[in-house]
Amino acid sequence: MTATAKPVLVRLDGVVKRFGAGAPALDGVSGDIRGGEITGLVGPDGAGKTTLIRLMTGLMQPDGGVITVLDHDARKEAPAIQAAIGYMPQRFGLYEDLSVQENLDLYADMRGLPRRERPAVFDELLTFTDLKRFTDRLAGKLSGGMKQKLGLACALIRKPRLLLLDEPGVGVDPISRRELWKMVENLTTEGIGVVWSTAYLDEAEACDHVLLMNAGKLLYAGTPPGLTDRVAGRVKRLIGIKGSRRRLLARLLDDDKVVDGVIQGEAIRLVLAEGDDGDSVVKTAGAEADRLIPATPRFEDAFVDMLGGGPGGRSALAEAQAARPDGDGRPVIEARGLTKRFGDFTAADRITFDIPRGQIFGLLGPNGAGKSTTFKMLCGLLKPSEGEGRVAGFDLRRDAAEARNRLGYMAQKFSLYGDLSVGQNLDFFAGVYGLAGARRRERIAMMLDVFDLAPHASMSTKDLPLGLKQRLALAAAVMHEPEALFLDEPTSGVDPITRREFWTHINGLVEKGVTVLVTTHFMDEAEYCDRISLIYRGKSIALGSPDDLKASVATTDRPDPTMEDAFIALIEASEQEAAA
Amino acid sequence: MTTLRRGRVRRLTALIRKESFQIIRDPSSILIALVLPLILLFLFGYGVSLDTSRTNVGLVLEETTPVTLELAASFQNSRYFDVTVGHDRREFAEDLVQSRIGGILVIPNGFTADLTAARHPAVQVIVDGADPNTANFVQNYAAGTVSTWEAQRAAERALTATPLLVQQRFWFNPELKSRNFLVPGSIAIVMTLVGTLLTSMVIAREWERGTMEAMMATPVTAWELLAGKIVPYFLLGLASMSLCVGLAVFLFGVPFRGSILALYALSAAFLMPSLGQGLLISAVTKNQFLASQLALLSGFLPSFLLSGFIFEINSMPLVIQYVSMIVPARYLIPSLQSVFLAGDIWPMFLRSILVLLGFGLVLFAVAIRKTAKRIT
Repeated sequence: MTATAKPVLVRLDGVVKRFGAGAPALDGVSGDIRGGEITGLVGPDGAGKTTLIRLMTGLMQPDGGVITVLDHDARKEAPAIQAAIGYMPQRFGLYEDLSVQENLDLYADMRGLPRRERPAVFDELLTFTDLKRFTDRLAGKLSGGMKQKLGLACALIRKPRLLLLDEPGVGVDPISRRELWKMVENLTTEGIGVVWSTAYLDEAEACDHVLLMNAGKLLYAGTPPGLTDRVAGRVKRLIGIKGSRRRLLARLLDDDKVVDGVIQGEAIRLVLAEGDDGDSVVKTAGAEADRLIPATPRFEDAFVDMLGGGPGGRSALAEAQAARPDGDGRPVIEARGLTKRFGDFTAADRITFDIPRGQIFGLLGPNGAGKSTTFKMLCGLLKPSEGEGRVAGFDLRRDAAEARNRLGYMAQKFSLYGDLSVGQNLDFFAGVYGLAGARRRERIAMMLDVFDLAPHASMSTKDLPLGLKQRLALAAAVMHEPEALFLDEPTSGVDPITRREFWTHINGLVEKGVTVLVTTHFMDEAEYCDRISLIYRGKSIALGSPDDLKASVATTDRPDPTMEDAFIALIEASEQEAAA
Repeated sequence: MTTLRRGRVRRLTALIRKESFQIIRDPSSILIALVLPLILLFLFGYGVSLDTSRTNVGLVLEETTPVTLELAASFQNSRYFDVTVGHDRREFAEDLVQSRIGGILVIPNGFTADLTAARHPAVQVIVDGADPNTANFVQNYAAGTVSTWEAQRAAERALTATPLLVQQRFWFNPELKSRNFLVPGSIAIVMTLVGTLLTSMVIAREWERGTMEAMMATPVTAWELLAGKIVPYFLLGLASMSLCVGLAVFLFGVPFRGSILALYALSAAFLMPSLGQGLLISAVTKNQFLASQLALLSGFLPSFLLSGFIFEINSMPLVIQYVSMIVPARYLIPSLQSVFLAGDIWPMFLRSILVLLGFGLVLFAVAIRKTAKRIT
């Protein structure tokens, strides 16, 4: 076995770290990190990834256990470790008001790179990161992808034996992310050990080795196939669905034999219970689906399985809501040539789409592409420079207030009042939406009940765990039974179980006739949508159902592309078009 | 060993160079180090003045005799008053309420008779107690004018009885220009702004942007990180001070009677507690907003209010006087004022410098303990 020949660079032995009272941030984590491979440190926000990396750098002290990095005890010999590792913290650790070259010079001085070696090292790093043309540019003026490469170059100034990268994929478009991955992969051929922390499970699948964490505990240590093996043969796709796939999914999720299920384009992806052959699923689906076919297990399937399966398919929230009549068949949300200019920069360029009642529409694109701008124009937070938008038939220019009354908005960053309690926040939002008297009390009680927030009603919102915060944010957005729901990156960083729960509610509401506009950069999440628009550099470069978009980039080499493949292929095609 | 030292020197110079680039490129440091001092200086140089120029008063002549007219004339000739003459105090009551005049002087009925009978004649002064500064001023100068007039009369009447005349003489600031002591004082405020406010904010910013963490994960030591901040902001503080002194002397004509050496020695000593406080605040808060609030509250305001800069410490309540003992600016400002207005008084300066260095030492010691290369 070659794996055993690789040297162990980091040994974690029963590592414990506490911050104040409550559950420890790290609870007895043990594992090895080896040279010459990429170790994925995988888990949702709050799992303990950053804490573990900081402990490895010696910048933090463990409360228990032993961490040995490059044969040094991290507790006692931090300086020796810091001299030998490369570390890129979140947000890359760059000085934004220094130029690319000045940042490199600074790190070279900090790490004591001899002057005579510098020209060669800088040349190599700048070539490697393709930043040669930008050496005079201030780091703050670089794109996300370029910042990330510069951060990597700074961490590599003195070829480290161990490279620690804390969420390098955040805030970067998928193309840059792939480029970075290739660079890092190259490094491993020289024997460097790389730790790549991520909340994206699809990134984890490409690692040589993973440490899967959740809520401070290590769930799995080993190769990605070793993890997906546990669900081998149990992952299926139900295809040829007639009628509503969301309603069918809700029924299937209540089946004991179904561990997990999500919408995947026109199909439903299922993880079956151990020893089940799928008969029960086929029976439940009855005439509503053609057949059950095997699918390649993914990391997320295994992760959910490991956490004991997803929640059931019932949404008490949706059940309590009256179904909306179909209406006159006009779209609930319309965008007609929406354009937004900031100075001479066009953030959104003639964006056009419409969303019929009871559908989910996704805006997919890298950060800074114009998703949020489009989104904000449609919920009346930003005045379009050109074009028009309508919500529930109300023109956003003339009747913005009317339109806003009919929509519920969940902002990208947690936007509730951290110093108010859960109950006070709900009460405040009820007031904002004009709920009064008995109805107000009734809706608040219902939100506390449906989202299981009652035990935390008097807690300060800022002290809630991420999953609960996210539930509360949804509760505040749907309290007044809006016709249209606007969700801006709603599940970014949350664990897959919370994400499932969230989508169960959304799916249920959609079944009742609520219309949803969602932005996301999660490829999986894009597949929950009925249709998506791919936004890139302010333009919509593709629009269609997830299956159509995937089919549009299928080739003989790649008959069954993933959503990310489709995304990258479509962006590349659009760039070639722009260049031509 | 020497390679170790060379590494240390190189890291420190790199940190200082980096910081200098940042100072030059960051508008907010230019704002705090150069623009704010200018605004402050102009404010104290031109805008705020504790001197009072001519005050409007109403003069009520309840009887018109040669004697009262003579007294009225000396009020009218006074360089402290602009006098409007009337014959009934009710004419001026409304003006006093509206603050159009600073006081009413009443020469009452029977003044001449009292004077001739050598009974002590009285002049009534009515002032607005809601404005104590003006009230005091009017009261004192009215009394002064009356006694001068009496003395003159006495001198004219009986040349033999030489009246006792009080001759006031102010040393060091003969024109009693408040600008002359406010401007040196404001230089201390400027150094507090650079040393405490700016320094605490730039370090907090490094925590916020994650650059501090990235730096700490290199072989750099906590000492080097701190020195890399102290040296540039120390120099910036001195530069800012020099700019202020230049303006004070050449633009505002504030005298400079001491030596440059004393000026820089005092300023350098004062920057120690100032920087130490800045480092400590940023190490504790790690957040720009909180750092700036704390710096203003614990650095700027005490330097402003409790240092004797504007308010006399001796006239503060005893408790506050004790509190003012821990305000470093309190030890600088009197010395700085001496450098400008009196000259070098080394025994006083050395005492101030020692106290300031002592404060600096304590603050640095705490700051270094708090800035261990650790993230908590």
